[in-house]
Amino acid sequence: MQTVLYDGSWDGFLCAVFDVYEYKFTDAQIVPEHRFNGNLFATVHHARMEQVHSQRVWKGLERILSVEATTALYRAFLSEEAESEGHLLAYIRYAFASGGNMEDDLGHASVLYVVQTARRVWREKHRMEAFVRFQETADGMYCAFIEPDHDVLPIISPHFEARYADQRWMIYDTRRKYGIYYDGSTVAEVDISFEDKIDEHNIAPAHAPNEAAYQALWQQYFKSVNIAARKNTKLHVQHMPRRYWKNLPEKQPSVSPAFTKKK
Amino acid sequence: MNERVLEKLSILADAAKYDVSCSSSGSNRKNENGGLGNAEGMGICHAYTEDGRCVSLLKILLTNHCVYDCAYCVSRKSNDIKRAAFTVQEVVDLTINFYRRNYIEGLFLSSGIFSDPDFTMERLVRIAKKLRTEENFNGYIHLKAIPGASDDLIREAGSYADRLSVNLEVPTEQSLQLLAPDKSRKEMVQPMKVLQNGIKANRDERKVLQAAPLFAPAGQSTQIVIGATPESDWQILKLSDGLYKKMELKRVFYSGYVPISNDNRLPALGTPVPMVRENRLYQADWLLRFYDFDVDELISPEDPFLDMQIDPKLNWALRHLDQFPVDINKADLNVIKRIPGIGVKTAEKIWKARRFGKLNWEHLKKFNIAANRAKYFINMRVDDFQRKDYTPQQIRNFILQTSHSKYAPNHSPQLQLF
Repeated sequence: MQTVLYDGSWDGFLCAVFDVYEYKFTDAQIVPEHRFNGNLFATVHHARMEQVHSQRVWKGLERILSVEATTALYRAFLSEEAESEGHLLAYIRYAFASGGNMEDDLGHASVLYVVQTARRVWREKHRMEAFVRFQETADGMYCAFIEPDHDVLPIISPHFEARYADQRWMIYDTRRKYGIYYDGSTVAEVDISFEDKIDEHNIAPAHAPNEAAYQALWQQYFKSVNIAARKNTKLHVQHMPRRYWKNLPEKQPSVSPAFTKKK
Repeated sequence: MNERVLEKLSILADAAKYDVSCSSSGSNRKNENGGLGNAEGMGICHAYTEDGRCVSLLKILLTNHCVYDCAYCVSRKSNDIKRAAFTVQEVVDLTINFYRRNYIEGLFLSSGIFSDPDFTMERLVRIAKKLRTEENFNGYIHLKAIPGASDDLIREAGSYADRLSVNLEVPTEQSLQLLAPDKSRKEMVQPMKVLQNGIKANRDERKVLQAAPLFAPAGQSTQIVIGATPESDWQILKLSDGLYKKMELKRVFYSGYVPISNDNRLPALGTPVPMVRENRLYQADWLLRFYDFDVDELISPEDPFLDMQIDPKLNWALRHLDQFPVDINKADLNVIKRIPGIGVKTAEKIWKARRFGKLNWEHLKKFNIAANRAKYFINMRVDDFQRKDYTPQQIRNFILQTSHSKYAPNHSPQLQLF
């Protein structure tokens, strides 16, 4: 078994695929360095990081696959699942060997894996487009913290860029320790560490004057639209799993005394 | 923002919540002016209430003052409740500030009728106009079209809103006379016709001139209250079918009646909300819109209520066992879509994947079909399942034994009316 290590990035993965072909590794597994635990029997190869290599693999895939299929490959990669590299490699081998026209072959285990995993990542992307909650800071920036199951920041970026074109905003992934920042014209990746400077779950000291009031209004709204006679906790939790609650103001203790429905 | 706005929000969101529509999809408004927001493609549910319903829009009434006395409505004139009214600016501020925080996709604005329909409609239009023209807001706006308002105001509303709706509320003129004597079906249908014509004209115009301004790009919808009046599912689905075909509505929403009054014309307080019936109507509605079912295949005047225990597609299949089992490796897509336990998406997957080789039961299970229903209707070897000539009743019992309703035991199956 030949182990090919790469740096964990998408470019790095494509370089690893390039090397699998270049060195004719027939029995290869591609593993990111941070997940490699030094298998005793493996012979290890470090993928050579060359942009020309990743470009060639990607261009080759684009030539034989539809946009939906190449998008699905990238999304399945963002899942960060341990078995993803293996299935992606098997998918890519199948694609090159058959010259494409195999992307609907869902009877093939790796094709099905890529399609279903891409779907899961898409769902997480959609969830984050829903569950991002901006808090306005005193200097007029809108800040949000998320902790998605998959690495979706790169694919939610266009949505927020199109939608919030006239405000500065930042979305920070507290698990993966990086964020995206929009300065009013372009989006850039930001790598600041918040650990020592600020507690991401309590940025209240940096709030704009109206922020607390709007959070209170939102909490009130969330409470008022509920129909108690239709209570369905199972459905509620299915749509809004508990792991996301900590970044949702409507699931936090009330920030202002609630109005109860009075006669 | 002060305490008063918080209180108004609690009253006017509470009063608006019985309007079940919260969809924010189907529009195509881009952010081309560098302003705030867009409304393209699919909608987003930003939160879900504890009853499991989607929260996509800021759904409020402009006011719950109302000159009408419709028995089914919580804001009816004779109801002794706290009244409130937002100012135009308050609604604009709430919308913009909720939107900037990514709480919502936009605004859903309805209203009680204070003084007269034109007066009310004019204010709804003024808010939408202000959002679009002064705030550069491109997010989703859903406005109520107030029956009795002038055609010109309805058309102006269409030029700012993504979607408009007139709620029919009760399925027949007869029930309307009984519960809402101030209203007439004719007056309700008039704004729907104005909108239909406006939408058609806009569609033609945009074919020639792509830059032509939008007119209600997400179309119009309506709502029917279920279980407040004695109409059958057959009457309701026939009405929906007509609304889709003749009025070209995008959606008909069904709202299980939540008892809110002691009025003896209506189910008493404490009567359970008919949630299963509501769910079955939505399933039937989906079969009409996405599965190419004809309404008469699903329900008839002889048997005018949907089966509460099993879904309408399974019910149809059990009545047409002669058309099963289906060979999914050969059958047309339309036939696969009609197999119980297989949805549109899965049917398409099957249809695509079988080009590459014969599919077996293991494949189907990986496609996440509802195996406990589908196995009776598919012609292939299924694990240790013995295929026999079961009667519809037998299949029905087997399926009921291996499934449990998500509604039991919290809610009674159906509201007993008379």
